[in-house]
Amino acid sequence: MMATLSLLPPDPVQWAWGIVLFWLVLGFAALLLQGSQHLLTRLVFPLGALGALAIAGVGIAGMLLPASAVILPIGLPDLPFHLRLDALSAFFMVLLGGAAFGITVYASGYFKSMASGPLALLALWYHLFLAGMVTVLLADDAYAFMVAWEVMALSSYFLVTTDHKIPEIRRAGFLYLLIAHVGAVSLLLTFGVLQGGHGDYTFDTMRLAEMTPFWASAAYLLALFGFGAKAGLVPMHVWLPEAHPAAPSPVSALMSGVMLKTAIYGLLRVTFDLLNIQIGWWGTLALALGLITALYGVIFAAVQSDMKRLLAWSSIENIGILLAAFGLTLIFYTDGKGALAALTLTAMLYHALNHAFFKGLLFIGTGSVLHATGVRHMGHLGGLMRFMPWTAWLTLIGALAIAGLPPLNGFVSEWLLLQAFLMTPGLTHPYLNMVIPVAAAIVALAAALAAYVMVKFFGVVFLGQPRDPALHEAHEASWPERLGMLWLAAGCVLLGLFPAQVIAWLAPVVRLLSNQTLVNDGNWLMLAPVSAERASYAPLIFFAVVAVVVLLTYLWVRRVYHGRVRRSDPWDCGYPEQDARMQDSAEGFGQPIRQIFEVFMKVERETPDPFDRKPHYSGASLDKLWFILYEPIARVTNWLSQQAGRLQHGRIQWYLIYSFATLIFLLIFTTR
Amino acid sequence: MSVSLQLAQSLLAILLAPLLMGWVNQCRAWLQGRTAPPITQPYRTLRKLFLKDAVIAHHASPLFRFAPYMIFACMALAAGIVPTIANDLPFSPAADVIALVGIFALARVFLALAAMDIGTAFGSLGARREMLVSFLAEPALLMVFFTASLISQSTELPVIVQTLALQEFAIYPSLAFAAVAFWMISVAENARIPVDNPSTHLELTMIHEAMILEYSARHLALIEWAVALKLFTYSALGIALFLPWGIAAQGDIAALPLALVAMVAKLLIGGAVLAFIETISAKVRLFRAPEFLGTAFLLAVLGMLIHFLLEV
Repeated sequence: MMATLSLLPPDPVQWAWGIVLFWLVLGFAALLLQGSQHLLTRLVFPLGALGALAIAGVGIAGMLLPASAVILPIGLPDLPFHLRLDALSAFFMVLLGGAAFGITVYASGYFKSMASGPLALLALWYHLFLAGMVTVLLADDAYAFMVAWEVMALSSYFLVTTDHKIPEIRRAGFLYLLIAHVGAVSLLLTFGVLQGGHGDYTFDTMRLAEMTPFWASAAYLLALFGFGAKAGLVPMHVWLPEAHPAAPSPVSALMSGVMLKTAIYGLLRVTFDLLNIQIGWWGTLALALGLITALYGVIFAAVQSDMKRLLAWSSIENIGILLAAFGLTLIFYTDGKGALAALTLTAMLYHALNHAFFKGLLFIGTGSVLHATGVRHMGHLGGLMRFMPWTAWLTLIGALAIAGLPPLNGFVSEWLLLQAFLMTPGLTHPYLNMVIPVAAAIVALAAALAAYVMVKFFGVVFLGQPRDPALHEAHEASWPERLGMLWLAAGCVLLGLFPAQVIAWLAPVVRLLSNQTLVNDGNWLMLAPVSAERASYAPLIFFAVVAVVVLLTYLWVRRVYHGRVRRSDPWDCGYPEQDARMQDSAEGFGQPIRQIFEVFMKVERETPDPFDRKPHYSGASLDKLWFILYEPIARVTNWLSQQAGRLQHGRIQWYLIYSFATLIFLLIFTTR
Repeated sequence: MSVSLQLAQSLLAILLAPLLMGWVNQCRAWLQGRTAPPITQPYRTLRKLFLKDAVIAHHASPLFRFAPYMIFACMALAAGIVPTIANDLPFSPAADVIALVGIFALARVFLALAAMDIGTAFGSLGARREMLVSFLAEPALLMVFFTASLISQSTELPVIVQTLALQEFAIYPSLAFAAVAFWMISVAENARIPVDNPSTHLELTMIHEAMILEYSARHLALIEWAVALKLFTYSALGIALFLPWGIAAQGDIAALPLALVAMVAKLLIGGAVLAFIETISAKVRLFRAPEFLGTAFLLAVLGMLIHFLLEV
């Protein structure tokens, strides 16, 4: 093992930067290949996928090796790019590379039917997007970070607006751009606070800056707001259910699976690495916001009828869970419970990795459905398992994983997180002691609702009878698409079955942030954080027992039973005129949730008149926050800009007077 | 030694679970003034179902045929993890109480998906209602387990039982709340009155039965068997958490016969109580079920808070 590692050059950061350059070259090469659709899908995207695989490899090496740094003489004269690769960046690079490999392989099949002109442009933005995300992870000064952050935001904006001829998509893109920049301004201010008056924006200086609790809290709150806007934290989440469905499916998969994690990365970097002190209430705040986000996201996911919008809301839920874990880590960490902080942090990183895999898988699964049928609304789908078995079974793995079912990966991180919640008795703060296990109830509720959402998603889209006769022509996904899905599904299964190995692998990151490691008390097939007496889970045994019982039961039934099967129509309950439209629609399946949680929603219903010859029903559950928070803000902004507009007369003499007055004012201000 | 004990206990649970179902049905018939079917009636039903021809809808997917095996396997694993007679189970480190909740969830999701597979109105109706009941019952069940594991400092069932049964006697008020909550959850999860009624096929109210309408013969037999196993597992869980006295400690072979007698007696009494409560209560409307389960959830959380207030 060590021998192969020593063959690598000593600094993986240069490798990572090399791959970033490779992606940039690939992106611009795509522009030159505009004429050849064939080359774009057969060459550019597969090469991009290889780059992703290489990034994952560099990340794996980077987690084992000590941190390495490099200074690049690009950018402004006095502001070179500082790049650094430590275990935290390396972990997120593995996440990025692992998910992006599957997604990009998939993309090479997915974009086959796209015209070559727009496709070349899309390939440029796509690879720029990947390069931007990796640079965000590598950046070691605020300047490089913000440049990369903007490259990431702008390239993804152009990816979201790929179908810019549709007004809704332009609107979604604008909303995304707006909130991304409000967040970016907040990040800029964060770094402004963090440099602590030194005027030096490298992260090394920030690490050394001594902060008062007040300014540290200011930096933390600004970072929470800025990164929260990127991650889709309630109430900054409104762009997410608009922008993710608007983008082409592989892009949605990258945005949901990977881009949201860069915000989580940034939050970890600022809070645990750049800031010198951490304060307990920060954690409580993040925990509360995370729980609200998780519950809010999953409730809205349950009432969606557009399959990509449903997945986008589910991403909000998962970001909420990640943030709750982040908050709990902070609480433990500031309370001096290093081992428990390590446990919670492990759960969080594990969940981030899991989410990249299963959400990527689900998004590209919907992409294949969209390609095969042209429909995104679940009310027009159904029964696709018969026509696209590969897509259906692979998506099923993703759905079961995200629903937190054993023995897949979603369960492991949920299990670790619940264990962490159960460890709170022992905190010095008595109220937190009491309230935090109750917070576990909310995590459990969100997880149970996620199962509801996934039964709805998979059941309505893939099971039952086709709700539209045109669906009988649905075709299976192409081979590159299947391979991409297979890769991500395999990730879900392996991350679920080998948690002990994954946790051992995560140790350098956890040690870097919390100065502690999580000790696994179990053996190679058993996960037992803290101690085996306390809790243990062995997914391989679990899986083996279930598999053996299934097999034995099957063989036994075959042996004692004659095995005859008769096919017939489904039972019609004495009413023969049943058709496919009588199955639960997406709205129907979500109706109980809508009824229970109606306080959060603005429900718009259109019910048919009893004498209507062609009855039409439509119902939409809209986000109430949009109406009580965003519309007033928009109105106030409009009003303010109108008032500001009064200053503008279009006459040069007035503008000269403005300049003169400003100069006088500044002179008074500076000489005083 | 312990492996053979584990296998024997699991096999015993699988084979005897229908007997508990038969006993509950018998008690209910007596209480309602009907002539009771023999206690072995569930076995006869299973035998009948295993002998019949399976009828499957034309467009059923492989998922539909696979689901009964999966559900049965999940329940068999669950029955193997819960300590019934002995407390020394090599399987149990494979899954603690949180994973046990996960097993139940896995079986439930497969059942709900299979119900939606045929695409009849009833199937999806049943699946939707089942998921509605479960999304409230599952966190409540976790809260009950959390209360027990806060007392015993462990989520491992054998350790919990060890703490509650085999150490010095202590009264835990929090467990009283948890016990009431657990009873309410078990009623809901096992599709019993007042949340669901196992003995009717009334379209407007059925939950569990609506999901399995399309199943017949061996597939139905496996599901019915899994239902019996689930009832047995929940009963065993309730006994292990709240009435664990009499269970044999690790390596204590001599105590096994007594533990078996104690277990049978507790199951007989528990089954009779279940039948009694079912007889005196009526099924609630579907949208009252969330209130019922919400109460269970609150009771479980209350139990946990009481643990912090009184017992720490």
